[in-house]
Amino acid sequence: MDHGARTLFDKVWDRHVVVDEPDAPSVLYIDLHLVHEVTSPQAFTGLRNRGLTVRRPDRTLATMDHSTPTTPHHMPMEDALAAAQLKALEQNTGQFGITLYGLGSENQGIVHVIGPQLGLTQPGKTIVCGDSHTSTHGAFGALAFGIGTSEIEHVLATQTLLQDKPKTYEVRVDGQLKPGVSAKDIILGLISKIGIGGGTGHVFEYRGEAIRSLGMEQRMTICNMSIEAGARAGMIAPDEITFEYLAGRPHAPQGTEWEAALSYWKTLPSDEGATFDTSFVMDASELEPMITYGTNPGMGMPITGRIPRPDDLSSSDQRGTLEKALAYMDLRPGESLLGKKIDVVFIGSCTNSRISDLRLAAQMMEGQKIAPGVRVLVVPGSATVKRQAEEEGIDRVFKEAGAEWREAGCSMCIAMNGDQLEPGQYAVSTNNRNFEGRQGKGGRTFLASPLTAAACAITGSVTDPRRLFERELAAV
Amino acid sequence: MEGFSQLTSRLIPIPTENIDTDQIIPARFLKVTDKEGLGKVAFCDWRYTDTVARLDDADAATLNENFVMNDERYQGATVILAGDNFGCGSSREHAPWALMGAGVRAVISTSFADIFRSNSLKNGLLPIIVSPRTHHRLFEMVNEDPGTEVTIDLESNQLRLPDGTAEEFPIDGFARKCILQGVDQLGYLLSFREKIEEFERSHVVYGSPVG
Repeated sequence: MDHGARTLFDKVWDRHVVVDEPDAPSVLYIDLHLVHEVTSPQAFTGLRNRGLTVRRPDRTLATMDHSTPTTPHHMPMEDALAAAQLKALEQNTGQFGITLYGLGSENQGIVHVIGPQLGLTQPGKTIVCGDSHTSTHGAFGALAFGIGTSEIEHVLATQTLLQDKPKTYEVRVDGQLKPGVSAKDIILGLISKIGIGGGTGHVFEYRGEAIRSLGMEQRMTICNMSIEAGARAGMIAPDEITFEYLAGRPHAPQGTEWEAALSYWKTLPSDEGATFDTSFVMDASELEPMITYGTNPGMGMPITGRIPRPDDLSSSDQRGTLEKALAYMDLRPGESLLGKKIDVVFIGSCTNSRISDLRLAAQMMEGQKIAPGVRVLVVPGSATVKRQAEEEGIDRVFKEAGAEWREAGCSMCIAMNGDQLEPGQYAVSTNNRNFEGRQGKGGRTFLASPLTAAACAITGSVTDPRRLFERELAAV
Repeated sequence: MEGFSQLTSRLIPIPTENIDTDQIIPARFLKVTDKEGLGKVAFCDWRYTDTVARLDDADAATLNENFVMNDERYQGATVILAGDNFGCGSSREHAPWALMGAGVRAVISTSFADIFRSNSLKNGLLPIIVSPRTHHRLFEMVNEDPGTEVTIDLESNQLRLPDGTAEEFPIDGFARKCILQGVDQLGYLLSFREKIEEFERSHVVYGSPVG
């Protein structure tokens, strides 16, 4: 063991420690603070009550995403409470001098989609937001994690946070994905293995051949769901794929500064011999498309699999948890989900709403019609993604198939904006959480990849995307 | 933040594992701009049989008699005894706000999700981690006698059971000090203003600023 060898996480952490007092958490400097309407109002109230200002408005960016309608944004909002919350964000950002990409802005969108898109998300940065899926930004080799509203107030006022140093956790994904299997299946596969508390207290570093082969948007899908395994953050070492993605983006460094940044970014990957507190190894080539059957993201299985039987579980707590989940989902132990009739397909969320996700879904739906009686919502992650998709004609593929093409936002991932399931409905969804009621009270969610979701939209039932893919491959 | 030193209470047993923050407070109640009134929608979709769409609707909603918080044997109890990995999911601080609004001052489990634990400590809601053995024992005791009381003593970091046994619980020392002494964490951070300024003078952030 090399005691001088440091992990990617160690390097980013060490560079941001402002103060290390004994018997207190570290004071950690934050390079980028992303803000949205839902978790920030009480923090701004806190600032006002104490007569404080925002320390670094130039390192703070706000947008509107959680409770925003995905119907045309110029229409009056039906939900007065949501409208008031958006108004509060406008007033707060106005008063404290923070840039806001609100409804109608060409840069508006899901906070974890716009940060990378604007080039604000960069290797080696510390990034926080009052949203647990801030882990997304770790795909660039940033240390990025979700915080609560008290902490939002701390960062607004001081640009720092009190943090205990988490432990490190290597997730090595060897091998290569097979056709029809994607990044979403890697992360659902991981969580099904280590459980939704498996990463608690740790920061993941995703490594290995399969990770290195993925594009940035796929890496974001994986890091996004680190929190669903309990890890506050997930990181991937920056490489040529990262640098290529960043070059030329609006807030990325330019010219000589680009060269300086690049030199720094290249020092970030974990040193040879660096050790992790925990390690888990999986093989991407053994993965199938994944689907969840229960009420947390760890209750996942290969789409060709069968729902576990409570009797097979070791503890009574686990049996009780599974029984409760299956009762909510109205599913039977030992049942296969293939062919299970569904009501709704949701393609979107900070996990899977980027242009490459939409391209993949569109490839599956090209020239097809969605099954009668199935509602399909396609919600791009940002206004920019929406424009790009429309330039590529992807929107037409969805519309001609019979899907709804919506404005950007979190939409049915969190169901705050009116996009929601009815009680008892089944949805195949590309989002990150299948908790009870997450997509609407009584709604039942199967988490899956965009490819699987698109296949299910066509057949109206849970479908292995590789079956429809064979048709595509045969056509080639 | 509310102070805390010691409390004695009956337990509200919720043996479910992985209780996520969407159960503690569903997202539709996050459209508020303050912290008030969230207590009545804590565990909303388990607690009421009606669909409560808005905060104010909770007042007239029908209680779910099968949910333990509505069981009269546990009325007035301020400590939840919950299954493993309590508070997983979103970063919403509305979860501890709602629990505290409902009168909860501590949650006992074998583990807590990181963000929930951090948010709770910032509000004086105590996440008490116990060994699986004690956890199991507590459920047994409360099932035998719903009047079972425990004492949580933050001064000594001890959870005392009615059978005379006690277990020391791990808790972040700084957070404990903040709760016991009423230390204001933002005030503490603000005291480092000069250090932060000094740090910023040499700390490079690449690319153009926001705006």
